[in-house]
Amino acid sequence: MAEPLLSVKDLKVSFRTEDGLVRAVDGISFTVDEGEVVGIVGESGSGKSVTMMSVMRLITDPNVIYEGEIVYKGRNLMGLSQDAMREVRGEEIAMIFQDPMTSLNPVYTIGWQIEEQLNEHNDLKKGQARRRAIDLLAQVGIPRPEQRIDDHPHQFSGGMRQRVMIALALSCNPDLLIADEPTTALDVTIQAQILELIKNLKRDFGSAVVLITHDLGVVADIADRILVMYAGRIVEEGNKEQIFYDPQHPYTWGLLGSIARLDRPKRRRLTTIAGQPPSLINRPRGCSFRPRCPQAFDRCSVEDPALTAKVGDGHLDACHLSVEDKRARRDATIRPELAESA
Amino acid sequence: MRGVVGFLAPRLLRALIAVWLVTTVVFVVMRLSGDPVPLLLPPDAPTSEIHRVRRELGLDRPLPVQYGLMMKHIFVSRDLISYGSHTKVIPEILSAAPVTLSLVFGAAVIWIVFSILTGVAAAVLRGTIFDPFLMILALIGISVPVFWLGEVVNLVTQSRLHDSFLFSWVPPLGYTPLTQDPFMWFKQLFFPWLTLSVLYIGFYARVLRANLIETDSEDYIRTARAKGLSERRVLFRHTLRTSMITFVSLFGLDFAVLVGGGALLTEVVFGLPGVGLLTYNSLTSLDLPVIMTTVVYAAFFITLASALVDLVYAWLDPRVRLA
Repeated sequence: MAEPLLSVKDLKVSFRTEDGLVRAVDGISFTVDEGEVVGIVGESGSGKSVTMMSVMRLITDPNVIYEGEIVYKGRNLMGLSQDAMREVRGEEIAMIFQDPMTSLNPVYTIGWQIEEQLNEHNDLKKGQARRRAIDLLAQVGIPRPEQRIDDHPHQFSGGMRQRVMIALALSCNPDLLIADEPTTALDVTIQAQILELIKNLKRDFGSAVVLITHDLGVVADIADRILVMYAGRIVEEGNKEQIFYDPQHPYTWGLLGSIARLDRPKRRRLTTIAGQPPSLINRPRGCSFRPRCPQAFDRCSVEDPALTAKVGDGHLDACHLSVEDKRARRDATIRPELAESA
Repeated sequence: MRGVVGFLAPRLLRALIAVWLVTTVVFVVMRLSGDPVPLLLPPDAPTSEIHRVRRELGLDRPLPVQYGLMMKHIFVSRDLISYGSHTKVIPEILSAAPVTLSLVFGAAVIWIVFSILTGVAAAVLRGTIFDPFLMILALIGISVPVFWLGEVVNLVTQSRLHDSFLFSWVPPLGYTPLTQDPFMWFKQLFFPWLTLSVLYIGFYARVLRANLIETDSEDYIRTARAKGLSERRVLFRHTLRTSMITFVSLFGLDFAVLVGGGALLTEVVFGLPGVGLLTYNSLTSLDLPVIMTTVVYAAFFITLASALVDLVYAWLDPRVRLA
């Protein structure tokens, strides 16, 4: 089997604070293959952004502590010098962020900002960078790119700015594109357009994509494989069909139950997951989802469940329940949903 | 062309209103604060003499008439006469202006350079001992009164250590025009420049540091890092560039206030015959014509500077550019 493009091995990211060590990411491992789209799903504070910011080594907080390995194309990014890391950033791994309104520098034209990136990583002649920037803007669907290139970010709408961010990210043909909640700050119609754009560009550029979101609906269409994160750990991992049609972890059921569906005839109340994510400083003993889990039993408060393949075929989950037990209980909880999807 | 008119017209109008308000307030306050005539005459002057001088200066006429006449002499006939020296005020100010400009320009260069160096250094060295050290130094610079610092500098360079090799080059206090002897101009202004700039270096360094640190957590700085730019480029082309917006708007107004006579204490301490010294002397003798003219002069510079700041601001921050 070919080596994966990115492989994260037992990554731990913690922050020293006055109240104690915050374990934002607590030992996660996963891989991303070339050209693959991986969705990372979880609520705020589950560690999904911190994980991918760590891959880019973009966390500037001096109190951060990293453990584990991030291997990209056979190189451990954790061991690279700042200068070597800069070569990776932007050129091999690019990132787009949640809020397009604030992610572009307000004082420079968008053309300047794209050209800056191009010139940083390539040896381009004068005018070449500008032509390439215009091409990129056209590719991400900015109308009249040869005029808009000299506009400043405030002259664009949110959706258009996110397109500019995508153009910026794609400017050096990265092999891996990390999209951190790229549609969260946009309204629904624009969300769909941006997701469509990412899908098409993924096809044209052949980059692998890691899509971070708190909305399972966003990854449903685009991701090949989905990781569900909770409190700094992966609680379930599988391909799209496995996660949507045979979810194993009660947390995933909760996420699935809280998606609003317009394609259902029956109106129903959206279910919520009761309670708050646990403190990342004093993690409760046993399974960290236990305090919020309606299915919890004795073993959950004593023993931490490991992420293992129980249903086989790359479908991993971290729950003590047996597969039969889970399926029966799940059908009782979100039965109507699954029955209709199947 | 319409853009230029659209830019200038409202500012000009505002400037006129400001000058009118300022002159009126100064006139009323100065008139309330005392009679200048006894200050111009010997203490034993007879009452008839006091009445004669009062009539001569037009101080016996109704206040609105006095105000109108004063404005006419400043703006129309430009021949306002000082109560004290009986010379024309406007040429006096015009000859004092180059002194003040020399002082303020030199100090401004020093304070821009050193405050940027200090502010950037402190922001970059955050988390080390140097950052609080620099900021305490800056705070001391802000807190030291300029008249005290100036006197200490004079004491050291003119008297105590004047004969040592360090300060033997320092010429006596005073001003030599740049056109007459540039080297002497520089030597005489060197310590006044340093003294005047200390406060501003401290203040601007602190403001810039705070701004840099705030800007550093902006999303677009994260984007710049994600682009793979070097820390140096992120700092100078992104963080510093956007932080300069506040810096520039502060600078424009401080600079204008100083050119308009705000460097009064420095000028008095170093015996520089600039607008500040002129203002100081006229204030102590209630010489209303001089006070009034310096006020108009200061208002002119402050208005001019705020228009310039608006222009530079628009250049620095595209979001405020005129549509």
